This record gives sequence, C-alpha cells and structure tokens, in this order.
Amino acid sequence: MSISPTLSGTTTAQPKQADLRTEFGLTDPEAARIRALLDREPNPLEWAMFGAMWSEHCAYKHSKRLLRTLPTTGARVAVGPGENAGAVDLGDGLLCVFKVESHNHPSAVEPFQGAATGVGGILRDVFAMGARPVAVLDALFFGDPATARTRGYVRGVVGGIGSYGNCVGIPHPGGHVTFEPCYDGNPLVNAMCVGIAERSSLRRADTARPGSAVYLVGSDTGRDGIAGASLLASAEFTGDAGDAKGGAPGVDPTASKRPSVQVGSPFLEKLLLEATLELVASDAVEAVQDLGAAGLTCAASEVAAKSRAGMRLDVALVPRRATGMAPFEVMLSESQERMLVIARPGRESDVERVFARWELHGTRIGEMTADDALEIRDGERLLASLPPRALADEAPEYDVTQWAAPPNGAGRVEGGPPSREEWPDGRDAADVDGPTSEMAPDRGNAARAALDLAAAAAPRQKVGHALLELLASPAVASRAVLYRTYDQMVGTDTVDGPGGDAAVLRLKGRADGIAISIDAQPRVAALDPFVGAASAVAEAARNLVCAGAEPLAITDCLNLGNPERPAGAWHLERTVAGIRAACEALALPVVSGNVSLYNATRGVDIWPTATIGAVGHLRDVASRIPVTTGEEGDLVLLAGSADARLGASAYEALHGAHRGPVAIDLGLEARLQRFVLAAHERGAIRAAHDRAEGGLAVALAELALRDGMGMQVTLPPVRGGTIAKLFGEGPGGIVLVVPPDREAALRACAADHGVELWTLGAIGGDILEIVPVLAMPIDALRRAYEGGLAAALGRQA
Amino acid sequence: MGEFVATIHVRPKGEVRDPQGEAVAGALRALGFDVTDVRTGKEIVVRFAAADDEGARDAARTMGDQLLANPVIEDYAVELGAPTEAARG
Amino acid sequence: MKVAILLYPGTWSERDFAHAFGLLGIEHEIVWHADADLHGFDAAIVPGGFSYGDHLRAGAIAKLSPATRELRRAAADGMPILGSCNGFQILCEAGLLPGALVRNTHLEFRCDWVRMRVESEETPFTRGLGGELLRMPIAHGEGCWVADEDTLLRVESSGQVALRYVDERGTATPEANPNGSTANIAGLRNEAGNVLGLMPHPERCVEDLLGGTDGRRMLEGLGARTVIPA
Repeated sequence: MSISPTLSGTTTAQPKQADLRTEFGLTDPEAARIRALLDREPNPLEWAMFGAMWSEHCAYKHSKRLLRTLPTTGARVAVGPGENAGAVDLGDGLLCVFKVESHNHPSAVEPFQGAATGVGGILRDVFAMGARPVAVLDALFFGDPATARTRGYVRGVVGGIGSYGNCVGIPHPGGHVTFEPCYDGNPLVNAMCVGIAERSSLRRADTARPGSAVYLVGSDTGRDGIAGASLLASAEFTGDAGDAKGGAPGVDPTASKRPSVQVGSPFLEKLLLEATLELVASDAVEAVQDLGAAGLTCAASEVAAKSRAGMRLDVALVPRRATGMAPFEVMLSESQERMLVIARPGRESDVERVFARWELHGTRIGEMTADDALEIRDGERLLASLPPRALADEAPEYDVTQWAAPPNGAGRVEGGPPSREEWPDGRDAADVDGPTSEMAPDRGNAARAALDLAAAAAPRQKVGHALLELLASPAVASRAVLYRTYDQMVGTDTVDGPGGDAAVLRLKGRADGIAISIDAQPRVAALDPFVGAASAVAEAARNLVCAGAEPLAITDCLNLGNPERPAGAWHLERTVAGIRAACEALALPVVSGNVSLYNATRGVDIWPTATIGAVGHLRDVASRIPVTTGEEGDLVLLAGSADARLGASAYEALHGAHRGPVAIDLGLEARLQRFVLAAHERGAIRAAHDRAEGGLAVALAELALRDGMGMQVTLPPVRGGTIAKLFGEGPGGIVLVVPPDREAALRACAADHGVELWTLGAIGGDILEIVPVLAMPIDALRRAYEGGLAAALGRQA
Repeated sequence: MGEFVATIHVRPKGEVRDPQGEAVAGALRALGFDVTDVRTGKEIVVRFAAADDEGARDAARTMGDQLLANPVIEDYAVELGAPTEAARG
Repeated sequence: MKVAILLYPGTWSERDFAHAFGLLGIEHEIVWHADADLHGFDAAIVPGGFSYGDHLRAGAIAKLSPATRELRRAAADGMPILGSCNGFQILCEAGLLPGALVRNTHLEFRCDWVRMRVESEETPFTRGLGGELLRMPIAHGEGCWVADEDTLLRVESSGQVALRYVDERGTATPEANPNGSTANIAGLRNEAGNVLGLMPHPERCVEDLLGGTDGRRMLEGLGARTVIPA
C-alpha cells in the first residue's frame, strides 16, 4: 500500500476509508468515536495512527477496566502502573525498577528474533526510566517437548533470549518453563527486566515541557514490523504458527504475517543503554521513551499525553533504512532499538555529544509544544494533527464481564467448579484425593490406585521409580540445560542464580539486596483461573520468602485467549480477580504489567496463563536463607498445609489426568510467609524450599540435591493416600531445615503465627529415604533430575 | 573512478574444524540426504569505488586480508561482479 | 600501580573489573578505546563483552581501534596486559597472542564454573601459582582456541600455555573442557610473559559472596608487582 495522506485527504491510489478502518482493526463504533473526538473525518494517516494506538496491544481495551481493580499503591511503591515500568523503594535513595512483558505472537512467527526482541523491548522499558538493568528473567511456555515443532521453538526462543541478553551483558539469574500441549501452536515468551536506579536519576515519560527538543536515537527506521502491534498481537492466528507437519516453526500458514517480524541488534541496544544512562546521570534529558509497539506514533503520543503537552514531528527528518517510505510507514514502523529522548533546553549539544561518543545515530526530529496536538509534518506539509490524549487515553474500554461465561466443559479447558476460593476442610480434601473415592475414574486414577496399593504392599522400587520419573519429567527436571546458555553472572551481583527458589542479587556498596522470582500455574488455572492466578502470586511471593526476602511488589503478564468469546472473557475476569485477591491477602501491590490476548490457534484458547514476577528486599544479603541442603543432623519440617492434591499435579500430568477441584487458602498463605520471615529473623532457619511441581517428595529431593546430602524422613501424619502425600500439589507448603537446637524457637514462632508444623525427619547420609515407602541414592536422583529435560527434548545431555 | 561490487566468500580453512558444518551435515543426513561433508562460511557483499578492475580487485583482497577473514583460521575468495548484477543478488 | 581498563563499544566487563580492583585496593581507570593513551598506566585490562557486537568475528572490529596500537606499544614495553573473554579474542585478532578463538564445538554459549591448572608462572598474573588449580566462571560462545600444528607445538614447547581446563583431580580431560579448545587450552601468554589471555572471568570471583575468590589470586598479582619487581 502506498499512500501519501494529507489533511484534506486527497491522495493518489488511496484505499477507501472503510477499507482503511478495517485494515487497522477499528470497528464501526470505534470509528464513530474517533470522528466524534475529532469532530471531523480523519485522513488515512490519522486512521492508521488511531488503528495502532487503539489496538488491543496498545490500548488494553478489553482488560483496562479489570486491571484498574488491582491494588497498585503501598508504602514502598515509587512508580505504579502506566509508566515504562514500575518501581519500588529499597531505601537510602535506591529504587528497583521492573516489569514483565509478553512477546508471544512475534515469537510464534519467528522464535529466535521474536524472543530476542522481547528481551530488547523490556530492557528499554527499564533503562528508559533511568535504571541500569541488573537482571532478565523469563517465563516460557511450550507445547509437547517430544514434537519437532516444540523443539524448534525451544531452540529458537532460548537461542534468541541468550543471544540478546548475553550480548548486552545483563545476567539471567532465573526463570520459569512450562511444557503443556495447549501451547503447541502458540508458545508464550514473557520477559521480565529488573533495574536499579538512584532516586534522583529516575526518569518518567510525563515530564517533557513545551519547547524542548525531541530526538530520535538508535536504529534507523525501516519497514520492519509496520503496525505489528495491531496486526500481530491483537488478533488470533487463523492457522498454526508453525508447520502443522512438524517442520521448523514459522515456515507456514502465517507467512503473510512474517513481514511484521522485527530483527534485533543487541549491540545497538547496549550502546543505547549506556548513552541513555549517561544522559540521565548528567541530567541532560527531561524524559525518555522507548519505541515499541506502534513505534513513533505510540512513543510520541504517550510522552505528549502524559506530559499534558503537544509535540511537533517532521517525518522527513527521521533517518531511514529503506527508500521510498511513506509517512505512515515511518510513523508505524516497529524497527527495534530506538528511543525518543526529550532534551533539557540548553543541553542539546550535550545530548548530541553523548550520542556521537557512543557512535549512535541521534537526530532532532521535532519539539514539544504547548498545543493539545501531535502534529506530523513532512517538511512544510502538515500530514496529521491529533490530540495526543485521544490517541493514548480515549480508546473505548470494553466490559468483558457482560459476556463472560465459564466454559461448559466442551472446550479444551475442563471445568471444575467455577471457583472454589477456599480449601474445603481437611476431610473433604482427603476424600477427594483418597484412592477409594474417585470422582472421575480414568487412566491416571487407575495407575495411582495401583501405585497406592503397591506402596501399601511396600515394593519401594515402584514408588522410587515414580519419583525418578517425575524428577526427569519436563515439568520438574532441571532447566540447567537451557539456562547454561545464558550468562548468569555478568555484572557481578548474582549471589544465587538459577536453581534456587528465587534469584538473589546484591547491591554493590550496600549490605542489602533483592530477591526476584517469576512463576505461573497454568495447569491449575486451566481448572480454575481464579485459583491459578492467585496461586501464581502466592508462589512468586513464597519463593522470595524461601530466600529470606520480604516481598515488596509484583509485576504481572496476563496471557489469555480471545476476550471477545464468553470463555475468554471469563478467563480474563477470573484471572484478574485471582491476582487481586492474592495481592490483597499478601499486601502486595502490582506496579507494572502487560496483557497479551488472542492467544489461540484455530479457535482454541491457550490455558489462562498469569505470569507473576515478584521482587523482594533482603536487609542483609549475607544472612539470606542460602540455597543449601543443611547440615548433618538438621531437622526437616513441613510448614503450612500438608493438604496436597493430585488433580492438577505434575504426577497426574505424567499419567494423563487433569481434574479439579483446586483451591487456595490465602489467609494461610499470608500467615505462612510471615512466619517463615519471622523465624528467619530469629535465626531459626538453615534452608527452605517451596513445595511446588512434584509435591513434597520432589521438594525433598531437590533439597537433597543442592549439596548432595541425604535425609531420612516420614510423611506428615495427615489423612490421604500415600501417593497424594508424596506427589500431591497445593499452595501453602514450605519445607524447612533447622538446626535441632532451634526447633523449639521455630515451634513457638509457628504457634504465634497460627501455622502448622510437622517434623518429618533429619538430614544425613547419601540416600533420600521416605520411610517406609521410598529409598533412593542421591546419585540416581541427580541423574534423573539433571538429564531429564535434555532427554525430553531429544538432545544429548 | 567507478562503482564496484565485490563478493567475498569466507570459509574455515580445510584443516580447521567446522562444528557448524558438522551440525548441518548431521541435520541433512537426518533428512535423508547422502551427505559426505559440509563446510559453512559467510558471504560479504561490498559496494565501493575504485579506479579500475585491477584496483577494485586489489582493494577487495586488502579488505579480506586486513579484516574480513582471519588468516589463522579462514580462507577467502573474491568475486568481482558488475555492480548491477551483484546488487540483484 | 594504576590499571587501565579498556572500554570498547559493546564491552561489558569493565565495571566488574573496576569493582574487583576497588576491592583489592588497586588504582584503576576505565579508558575509552578511541582515546586510549596507556602512558601513565602500569597495566592494562582488555575486558569481556561483545565489542562491536562480535560482528564478523569476535574481536575482529575491535582490533582496528586506535587502542590496539597502544596495546602493541605497551606490550613491547613490557606492560602487564590481561585479556579476559572478549579481551582474549581481541588480543588474538590483534596478533598479540597466537592462534584464534572460534565457536565452541557444541555450538552453544556456555555459562558455568570451570577448573584450570596454572601451567606457566611466567606472567604477572600467575606468578607463584604454578601447578595450582583455579576455579572460575566462564561465559562465552566462541572460546575454542585453535591454531595450526606448528603454532600449537611452539606454544606448548615454549611454555606459552598458561592455563589448561582440568577436572577436580587436575587432569585435562575432554569432560573438563567446556568449549572444545585445542589441548584444553584456557589461557595463553606471549613469549615475553607480560601478556596473558584467558577465556574465564577472574573479575567475577574475588568475593566469597559470589561463590569463589580464585580471581583475586590472579588480579592481586598486579598489586604485588610493585613490591616484588619482575
């Protein structure tokens, strides 16, 4: 399409207005709203700008009303949602800036570049705030690892993340990986960046003043990714993202969407990062804004709208990589590694000098104005004049609750009861998981019943084999085979990298530090999106607590299906409700986030997937809870809830079953987390580990594997089948290792917090023995755990 | 002065191991091809000005020697094409 | 003792080295490559990173920097020069060390802890460490050292192999080799001994908090040099 729009609308080869609206994804009511806002007919360029800015990806049309219900304030919140990233106060003048963002659709089309540019985008969000990125974490969701298509996605996505982060020099100290068939054709790539800023260096996009010069710096603008935001991320794939016959991803039916894929340059990103931080440190800039989705249009209207000002831009001044680009292509290009920099008046030459020193192409393309207008010119010619707030803030908000309805069991997501927000009492739970009370007999139940019988008859090898199988399964196995391709240590702040519950980073020159976690519970959310989302928040916070860190705030990335369908709308509503409930119970504000909708292939939605990134504060890094097994003779205890269930467990996933109900007791979760922090404060805890995928048995095995030390334990004396006690999952459980002389103090502390505690046994030897059902040498556990993922992906170790 | 386009083909030297080539060979074999050897390299297309053919060839060789190839591990070959043809390729 | 830490576009270990030297009490300054003047410095570090994005070949474009001329002059004058990771690659590309560093044979970037045995004490960074086993982090995709047979023979016979990847017993096994490097070579020195290149990152292990302090033993050598002349 080649258009050269003018305000009068006379162009050559101009498509019909109705076609343009459709092309840019605007509905008739939206078009009417735009006409009413402007009190005139927009010209084609203006339609294009509205189309991009009012796309789901940029405007959050279907989620904004719900997101507004999340708690976003708190004593430690320095910057809440709405800016490039959120921030919490670490005290003594330091802020921690962080955000998680999806890059799902680009990664489905071109896994390597899609994932790489996802890392690039989230880094820019953080350093645009004046913060130096200190960590990148990611949450990745793939389909069945046995298929060639998934293996291609894994290779591409992990390769892209590594190539980008390693080159820029940001450590990758942790992450989350899920393998479930619902992601077969629609993998999810969520990247989180954490940065550190001096309070005085914090830059926001809302502080640009009329008269200040506007610079575009970084990559030259090309035709890559024109309107990628509105075309790619705001609609479903009609076909599969990859070749249905199992070839390399991205070859096939979405070929028509491929030109929208952007190619990243981490080298340029590194130069942009250093130049931006230098400009901020020398106080030469008023505001900095990353160019992401909808490119220059979005960056310009966001800065102008937030700063309550106008902006005048000349597209003729924008450096280009391609010849013959139309103004609308320049305005909507999503070429990577570009920033909009608003200089302080009088500091323009300093800004230009810093660009030049870092060998960056930085060009003055306009200035801030006092008008309520974003004016786009091509030299002398006025091409568009739009109120920035109409673009950035006036998109319609849809109330999805009006058509939300739970799926009635016909979809891929099997419904449990719509929402069970509290545990039923213990008896009920035991009945649900007990071998004699089957809700819906199936292959998994039969296998489990057989195993329970076997366990009763005491052939320990069978239970041991089940543990090994679980440790080697894609849900549980060590991710080292992926994470070793990421630099985990550059920056020399990584105290605990991947493998622990949370990543721990020190802050140079200070005693304190931060802990970071990223989690998701799609298998639970598939049964109940409320419980799944709440569990993800609880787990992210619990992982910080297991490092001894006080959770400060979270960032969320909601990956969901089509919100225009009743089930998709219901998933969205219940997911946000779950996050809200957990955040309120745990007193955790949400400071930033991102929503990715339309994650569906051929009309089948993915499981609702809320990725939660959490940041916690460690008053003294040196006295964190370390990633160790403990010492010979130390006691092993379970704190919180011993009530774990098999329905949504990794164990049942191995045996083909998946059923509710699932539940979370948020009151218990809050008490448990407060208790562990208080007990740690009293020096009672040597080691801690969250009971997660694989249940108690896997938690104990992982604990043993840390230092290669064994333990002898028994299962907690609660009702329920042996298999459920070993491999059942559920929130609210933390395994603690304590020196024997601290047990009394620990018990007193637990009683103070109303938290139950079971002594399971003691550390020692080189065998994990769960009396009387299982005894397994640590070496065997290690082989299963460390070799599992490579084997599942068909690789040699 | 005229405009020239040189295509410089860089390949690992015969005696230097090429793990990428080995990986590609394995993948091609997996696809059913009877592959005996694969060598990977890179192609660098340079558009530049020179006085004549000979000057252009000399310049391209100097580029190869000083930057584009590492003589410790790589060989290279220069292909000097008519500007328009190479531009299409 | 004042150490210059060179900074090229794309370098990322310069701040880590600066932090490490700060802890060791060694005076240091980060020096921009384009205006590098090593007069007034007693040693130079060529740090890790992806100078110029590792485009073309790791270190290939950085070697054209004015800093290379300075490094060559300083090396000839006997200045202690340490190149780590990308710095090792730059020193090889610039011809200050023999051979070349190519893609890891398993084709992956690898971040891990490795063990090395000190094979040559004849550098300011390994003096007194002969035969010692050092444990350090690596983080690279192109750390496989290669050379023709003559060069390999020469570096082996002249003691230029400074560091070799080994297992916990000190044996150079294939399993202990993280990148397929020829003869498990992890680090090389020049003939005079004042220039050392290695793939591992000594600056990442100078504190117990970060998992090890063997890097301290290597970097401390610079401070000691002022006391014990070479």
